[in-house]
Amino acid sequence: MKIIILGAGQVGGSLALSLANESNDITLVDSDSKRLHELQDRADLQTITGHASYPTILAQAGARDADMIVALTNSDETNMVACQVAYTLFHTPTKIARVRTADYLEFKDLFVQEALPVDVLISPEMLVSNYVQNLIEHPGALQVLNFAEGRVKLIALSIQTNSQYVGKRIRKIFDDVKTMEARLVAMYRGKQVLSIDEDTKLEVGDDLFFIAASSQAKNVTTILQGLDKPNKRVIIAGGGNIGYQLASVLESNFRVKIIESNTERARHLSEVLDKTVVLKGDAADESMLLDENIDSADVFCALTNDDEANILSAMLAKRMGARKTMSLINRPSYIELVESGMIDIAISPQQVTIGALLAHIRRGDVVAVHSLRKGSAEALEAVAHGDHKTSKVVGRAISELKLPRGTSIGAIVRQDEVIVAKSDFVIESEDHVIMYLTDKSKVRDIERMFQVSATFV
Amino acid sequence: MQRLVIQRVLGLLLMIFSISMLPPLLVGYHYQEADVLSTFGTAFLATLITGFLLWSPTRRHHADMRLRDGFIVVVMFWTVLGAFGTLPFLLSDQVQVSFIDSLFESLSGLTTTGATVLSNLDQLPRSILFYRQQLQWLGGMGIIVLAVAVLPMLGVGGMQLYRAETPGPIKDSKLTPRITETAKALWYIYLSLTLLCALSYWGAGMSVFDAVSHSFSTIAIGGFSTHDANIAHFDSAAIEWVAIIFMIISGANFGLHFLVWRNRSILYYWRDSEFKMYVSVLAAVCLITLISLYIYQTHAHWFHPITKAVFQVVSIGTTTGFTSENFSTWPAFLPVLLIIVSFMGGCAGSTGGGMKVIRVLLLFKQGVRELKRLVHPSAEFAVKVGKKPVDNRVIEAVWGFLSAYIAVFVVMLILLFAAGLDQVTAYSSVVATLNNLGPGLGEVAQNYASLNWFSKSVLCLGMLLGRLEIFTLLVIFTPFFWRR
Repeated sequence: MKIIILGAGQVGGSLALSLANESNDITLVDSDSKRLHELQDRADLQTITGHASYPTILAQAGARDADMIVALTNSDETNMVACQVAYTLFHTPTKIARVRTADYLEFKDLFVQEALPVDVLISPEMLVSNYVQNLIEHPGALQVLNFAEGRVKLIALSIQTNSQYVGKRIRKIFDDVKTMEARLVAMYRGKQVLSIDEDTKLEVGDDLFFIAASSQAKNVTTILQGLDKPNKRVIIAGGGNIGYQLASVLESNFRVKIIESNTERARHLSEVLDKTVVLKGDAADESMLLDENIDSADVFCALTNDDEANILSAMLAKRMGARKTMSLINRPSYIELVESGMIDIAISPQQVTIGALLAHIRRGDVVAVHSLRKGSAEALEAVAHGDHKTSKVVGRAISELKLPRGTSIGAIVRQDEVIVAKSDFVIESEDHVIMYLTDKSKVRDIERMFQVSATFV
Repeated sequence: MQRLVIQRVLGLLLMIFSISMLPPLLVGYHYQEADVLSTFGTAFLATLITGFLLWSPTRRHHADMRLRDGFIVVVMFWTVLGAFGTLPFLLSDQVQVSFIDSLFESLSGLTTTGATVLSNLDQLPRSILFYRQQLQWLGGMGIIVLAVAVLPMLGVGGMQLYRAETPGPIKDSKLTPRITETAKALWYIYLSLTLLCALSYWGAGMSVFDAVSHSFSTIAIGGFSTHDANIAHFDSAAIEWVAIIFMIISGANFGLHFLVWRNRSILYYWRDSEFKMYVSVLAAVCLITLISLYIYQTHAHWFHPITKAVFQVVSIGTTTGFTSENFSTWPAFLPVLLIIVSFMGGCAGSTGGGMKVIRVLLLFKQGVRELKRLVHPSAEFAVKVGKKPVDNRVIEAVWGFLSAYIAVFVVMLILLFAAGLDQVTAYSSVVATLNNLGPGLGEVAQNYASLNWFSKSVLCLGMLLGRLEIFTLLVIFTPFFWRR
């Protein structure tokens, strides 16, 4: 697929790298030539230096025969105009734009063919804040991702020292979740993928991935982590866009405090947020954290732009007694560093955002993709089309499917109903199939399975 | 300050005001009263000629009013009209009152206070009675038009809060782009409410004369009546409920009525924090009053106290000052509670008096903010009205208003003590005039006739200060106002 990416910032750059490794033709456009050189050294892609929305630059980037344009520059307006130019002058089929400003996003009528031809809007701030919200609402989980508009969730859990499952066989998990609409789809020990075998013994630190109906997601975490009491008190460090988004969705159900160091911004936040307590100060100010009872906080989220500040304030909060700490970390190298235990959950904004973009890049009718395990694994939701003749999945039982190695189907959504995958279940047309791939390179095979092939006709 | 501009406006105001002598003249003529022509005819001519003499030399003078002229004009509306309003009382043979008494009566009417020095109302000529009611109605209209359309431009008055600072449903105090249009729209609302009120009273059993008269003082949140016994004279629950409903409506912001009327959506009331608080406080006080009345078993029939309690709470709470029962004899704390509720008064932009609900709301929220600050020393809190933040400048202004209010209150109280009034009378008469309420407790529970001239003049000043929201009047007495 030929894809033009506008803007080589953090999201744009890592998207380019991850897509280039999947044998796509990537052209990256940015005004910063140094940054482009850096990226070009690391992957096989074409780069153009220039302003992203100028028609000549887009023409140079090959907009004429591109399949998709992804506008990820810092400016909402540039992104929207670039999509407009691509649509009007080059008839680019798929146009994705990052729009952060909530004011634009509120008016859905703006983004239609006649006005602003943007097919998909993504807002990284919104995605990250949803991601953190999911984590806060499911205490004990390392990751909670939505499929089928939130009807199905993928939950990642880690076996802890005090868990009842340490030393037990996987069979016990099967027995315990039997009554729930949930299924274990993958298991890791360190970086190694373990096959899901009834007799495998569980050890401390094993990571388990479940796919479950949303209503059951909490039960799954409860059963595996023991009684993790629900989160109530949340402290957010950093009142930027993400912090603000998160506070505004959480404030009705949680007791939220938000720490912001900029006086003006703090005042603004206190005016726009209703119940949240806005604290002006440094997130690493020990005496303020003490005054605000950090020791009884359930969750501490460090969400500033500064990786180092995030890590340090989260570590401090952890030491001072916050039950769970999360930190937003942009640099991949830091993520590995802190996951050794200083911070409970490291959130990579790139991985969260890329998942949302991948859904539109995948062939076949793939509606949701989440990139996992630093991009080595992927969970995706695909829709089956056609009939027994034209499709490789429709009309076949799950056990008959020729799934690539390391792939397991977790659940199927038929209309509004969530069905946990059983080996004798027969897939029908229009079913949403949610699966987990431990090996991302097999994603091609999955795409091919879900494409309606003309040769069968 | 431009003398000519003010003289011109003053002349015009008087000429317009002189027309208000004509309806009582017609009423008197209709009831065939003896000295009506000598009373209202003379008053009409005197006012008209004075106005014309003031206006005619400035006829060709055209200059725009400036900010400071605005203050003078607003103050003059009540003082000068108040002075000329005394003419009929002085001229009439049937009313024997001193100048200070007639000034008190006239100001009490124009400021919609409703405190009276006249007794034996039932024996007075109808023309005079009608004139008193009409004074209140004019005063109410002056408030609505001046307070909603003119005062905000001067930066004073409760409506100022509605300007840029507290957006809420009313983003700008100017409801329509042009100020004359706004004034006109509000005037229509005022007129139609009066009409509706008069019809309802008539339907509830009043005579046409009483219905019209009482509708004037109800919509103006005044409290004058054509009978000594006030509303109790009619002894009718239906009339009392009509009064309750229209008092509540008139105590609300007329700008809000305008929005509801223009957008044809009653929802605007419920989205307005001030209105919500206004109604909730009235409801809460009604409940307290009812419970106390039940405990003290004052009324024989169980339904009886409901009407009486709700009527009296709404009447005092909105600063109307109608009475359907002598509430000063109610048990225990109730009379004091009611008098204190009048400090809150009506909403900004209504005909009600008091400190206005929005100010009390802001003071309350500011108090809560101080408490929160003690718990979270490093936190930022915004005072919000209807989810919209209020600028700190406004909070300061409200605090300033409160301290000025208290200062004026204390000074007036001491002056009345000095004049020899007992504590209850002194305290309640200051509250009743400063809040533009009307009836007080003790000696002034029925009327103010028995006070000496010094107390009456202090109370006249109190009514003016209350109606002009203190600062408008005080600013005129400052030296920097007169400096060029």
